[in-house]
Amino acid sequence: MRLSDCSVLELGRLLRGRELSAAELTDYYLARIEKLDPAVRAYISVLADEARVKAREADNALAGGGGGALTGIPTALKDNICLAGAATTCASKMLAGFRPPYSASVAEKLLAAGAVVLGKLNMDEFAMGSTTEYSAFFPTRNPWDTDRVPGGSSGGAAAAVAAGTAPYAIGSDTGGSIRQPASFCGVVGMKPTYGAVSRYGLIAFASSLDQIGPLTRTVADNALVLEAIAGHDPKDSTSVPGERPNYSAGLQDGARGLRIGLPKEFFTAGLAPEVEKVVRDSARRLESLGAETGECSLPHMDYAIAAYYLIAPAECGSNLARYDGTRYGLRAPGADIIEMFQASRSAGFGPEVKRRVMLGAYALSSGYYDAYYLRAQKTRTLIREDYERVFADYDLILSPTAPAAAYRLGEMSDPLTMYMGDIYTIPVNLAGLPAVSLPAGLTEDGLPVGVQLIGRHFEEALLYRAAFALEQSVAFAARPALTEVD
Amino acid sequence: MAYGDRYEMVCGIETHAEMATKTKIFCACSTEFGAEQNTHVCPVCLGLPGTLPVLNREAVNLAIKAGLALNCQIASVSKFDRKNYYYPDLPKNYQTSQYDMPIAQKGWLEIKTDAGVKKVGITRAHMEEDAGKLIHSGESITSSAGSSVDYNRAGVPLLEIVSEPDMRSPDEALAYLTSLVRILDYAGVSDCKLEQGSVRFDVNLSLRPKGSGELGTRTEMKNLNSFSAVRRCLEYEAERQAAELDKGARIIQETRAWDEERGMTLPLREKEEAHDYRYFPEPDLMPLRISPEWIESARRGLPELPAAKRERLTTLGLSAYDAEVIVAAKDVALYFDEALPTCSDVKMLAGWLTSELRGLLNARDETLAACLVRPPMLASLVNMIKEGTISGKMGKTVLETMARTGRAPEDIARAEGMSQISDAGALAALIEDVLANNPKSVSDYRGGKAQALGFLVGQVMRLSKGQANPALVNQILKEKLN
Repeated sequence: MRLSDCSVLELGRLLRGRELSAAELTDYYLARIEKLDPAVRAYISVLADEARVKAREADNALAGGGGGALTGIPTALKDNICLAGAATTCASKMLAGFRPPYSASVAEKLLAAGAVVLGKLNMDEFAMGSTTEYSAFFPTRNPWDTDRVPGGSSGGAAAAVAAGTAPYAIGSDTGGSIRQPASFCGVVGMKPTYGAVSRYGLIAFASSLDQIGPLTRTVADNALVLEAIAGHDPKDSTSVPGERPNYSAGLQDGARGLRIGLPKEFFTAGLAPEVEKVVRDSARRLESLGAETGECSLPHMDYAIAAYYLIAPAECGSNLARYDGTRYGLRAPGADIIEMFQASRSAGFGPEVKRRVMLGAYALSSGYYDAYYLRAQKTRTLIREDYERVFADYDLILSPTAPAAAYRLGEMSDPLTMYMGDIYTIPVNLAGLPAVSLPAGLTEDGLPVGVQLIGRHFEEALLYRAAFALEQSVAFAARPALTEVD
Repeated sequence: MAYGDRYEMVCGIETHAEMATKTKIFCACSTEFGAEQNTHVCPVCLGLPGTLPVLNREAVNLAIKAGLALNCQIASVSKFDRKNYYYPDLPKNYQTSQYDMPIAQKGWLEIKTDAGVKKVGITRAHMEEDAGKLIHSGESITSSAGSSVDYNRAGVPLLEIVSEPDMRSPDEALAYLTSLVRILDYAGVSDCKLEQGSVRFDVNLSLRPKGSGELGTRTEMKNLNSFSAVRRCLEYEAERQAAELDKGARIIQETRAWDEERGMTLPLREKEEAHDYRYFPEPDLMPLRISPEWIESARRGLPELPAAKRERLTTLGLSAYDAEVIVAAKDVALYFDEALPTCSDVKMLAGWLTSELRGLLNARDETLAACLVRPPMLASLVNMIKEGTISGKMGKTVLETMARTGRAPEDIARAEGMSQISDAGALAALIEDVLANNPKSVSDYRGGKAQALGFLVGQVMRLSKGQANPALVNQILKEKLN
C-alpha cells in the first residue's frame, strides 16, 4: 500500500511506533505536491519550510514518547482559514498581500495537536461557488478526471485529499461547500452542527451558515479530526459551551435499530438516475445492517434555495464591506475616498462575489426588507421545523449530496443552474444541522458519487456511527488513476 | 424679531455617551483616552478578516444601570444589529448597534427651568460601538489631500439615549442635557468628559405656530460636543426656520452641520446624507438575555442619584441653592457625603466646601479628588470653628496650610498658636483694658451710636492678636456696656 493511501489513523500508528518520522512523511507529501499538484492545482500556497520545522518539532515530541493522534501528520487548510504569518487570500485578488497576525482557533488547535500544515488550498472566491472555478487565481481540477471540477467551494481541500497530496484537509461549508466537493472527489466531508466548531479566524462569507469541518479519506479519520477541532471557543460567541464530545467512541456500534428517513422531495426529476441508484443502494445496505428505512417529507425544501440566496448574500454583503482598500489588501486609486472604495472593490472582487454582494444589498434595502430578508428568515424557521418533524420519527436522514457527479469545467456557466446543484446541502445549513457526505459508488464514467447523512443538532457521533457502518459495507476502494505514483 | 413670538420650538435630543468600561465593547483593548494613535487596537476592533466580537458584560451592566437611572423598562431579550454604511473610520464598514430591540425603553427624567418642573420622555437607550477618528490634512474628507485614521476609539462602548421631542426651548434642552449627563456621571455609566468627546449630541428641531398641536418638519444637527454648542445651534436653527416659515417657505427635512466657528447650520451635501443603513440582526452575537436577577443586581449597584441626593440634602437643612450647588458636581457631592458623618454643622460644611475649599483649589488649580484636604479633615476644621476653638478667619489660614501640607487642622492651629481665646475670664480682662483706654467710644455707644461696638470689638481682637473668640467678645462687651 502506498503511504498516500494510508489513513490518518494508520499514519499516527506508524509515527508513534517510530516506523516513520514526521520529517519523512512531510517530505513525502511535499514531493507528491510537487509531482501531482501541477495537474490538480489544489494548493494556492505551499508552506514547505514551515512544514519541515513543524515536522521536526513533532519528531522531537514523538521521540520523547509524547504526541497525540495528529502529531506529525501533515494537513492543509482552505485558504479562508487564517494562519498567522501566512498569506491568506480567500482566492481573491482583494486580499493581496494580507498576512493575518493571528491564526484561526481551528488552526491553533491543530498546531497545538502537532499537525504539520503543508499549505493553503484553493477555493471559490470568498467561498462563493460550487466548482472552484470562481477562484481568482486558477481552477482546481478533479483528480478523477482533470477535465472536471472538484466541486466547491472547498474544491482544493477535496481534490488534495483525493489526490493524496494531503492526508486530510480542513474546509468550510456555508451551503454544501465541504460535502459537495467531498462527493465529487470521493472523500468523506463533514459539516458539523452550527456552533460545534469555532469560526474565529474563518474569513466570513455568511456568518449564520458558515461552519468549518474536516475532509478525510475515511469516516474514522473524520471523527478523529473533528474531535481535535471541535469544542467551545470563548472567541466565538456562537460556539456552543460544554465538553468536547468523543466522536469516535461509538463508531463501531453498527446501524442496527437506526431509523433512517429518505425525503421524498429529494428524489425528483433533477436527480441524476446514477446518483439515485447509489443512494437507494446505500439505503438497502443500511437496511441489511439492521437499520429501518422509510420515506419522509420535508415539504418546504422548494423554498430553501430562494431563502438561502437572500440570507447568505445579505450577510456576505455586510461581511465583505470591510474590503475597501483602506486598511489592507488591494487598493486601487481614486480621486476621492468614495472613488477609491469603488475602484478597489471593482478591481478586487470577481463576478460571483459581486453578484452576491449586490443581491444582499437589495435584500436588505429599505422597502424590500420585509418582502425578502424577513420572509427568508421565516422560511428558514419552516425548514428547521420540517427537519424537527422528521427527527421525531427518524434518527437520521439519507439523501444524495449533489444531484449529479462532478461537472465538466465550464459546464456551470449559468449561476442559477449552479445554485440548484446545492439543493440537498443548503437546507442543512439553514437548519444548522450536522451532515456528512461519504463516497458510496461510482458512475459508469468512473466518477465518485457521495451520499449524505443528516442528523439532529450535535448528533455527529450518531452520524459517524451510521456512516462508518455504510462505509464498511460499500468498501469504496477506488482511487483516481493519477494518484498512483510514488 | 425673535421666533418665540410666533412659534413654539419642538426639540428632541440623541445623546451618545461613551460608557466607562475598562475595555472595549467587543474586545479586550483599553478604552483609555489620549493614548498614542493606533496603540489600543487588536485584530477584532480593527475588523480584520475572520475576527469575531465577544460582548463585554460590563458594558451591558452599565447600560442596564443607565436604563434604570432613567426610569426605563429593561428588555428581557435584546439583540444587536448591523448598521451598514461605508466610512473609513468604521473598520468593518458596519457598526454593530441595536435596532429594533434596544436594551432600555420608555423612560423619563425630570428637568427644572424657570418655566417650572417637567418630565422629558426617554424613548430608548441602546448599545453600540464607537468608530475611529479621522485626521484630515485639509478641511474635510473629500477636500483633503490625505487623511489618517486613529482606531483607538473604534469599539469603545457607546450608549445612545434618544429623548422624546419634549423640549420646548433651548433652556429646556440645556436642562435636559444637564440632568442627563449628571445622572450618567452619578450612575458611573460614563465619565461624561465632554471636552474629550466622551459625550456627543444630535439635536432635532422643528417649529410650529404657537398654540398648534401638530409637529412641523424637523431638521437634525449632528455631532455637537458641548452644551454651549447645543444652545447656540438651537437658537440659530430656530431663527433660521422661523425666517423660512415667515417667507411662506417649506422646511426641508434634512441633516445639517453645525459650524461652530461661524455659528450657523449648513445643509450637508447629499452624498454624505443619503443613507439606507440596511439594518439586519448581527449574526456573530447571540441574542442577549437579561434575567430579573441581573437587573436587580444592577439596581443594587446604583448609587444615590442626583434628585434623591438633592432631596436628602434639603431635609438635612441645606437651602435649595446650596443643595443644587453640591449636587451639580459629583466630586463635590461625594466629598460632602464623606465629610458629613463627623461634621457638627451641615450648613457650615456646605459653605466651607463650596466656597472656601473650592475657591482655594481653583486658585491652586487642583481637583477635589487629588486635594490633600480629605473630607474628615474639613469636617474637623468646621467643627473647630463651630465650637469656637478657632475663628473663621483663622480657619481660612488653617485651610490654606491644610491644602498645602495635608496636615490636620488641630495640629496646624496648635503649632501656629492659633487657638482661640474662649475663656470668659481671660477675655473679660482684655475687655476691661479696652474699655478703660477708649472712654469716647464707650460714651458714644451708650449715647446710641451702635457702630462704636464694632470698634471696641476690633480693639479687643487686636489686643488678643486675633485669638479672641469674636462672638464671645461681642457678648461680654454688650453685657458690660449695658
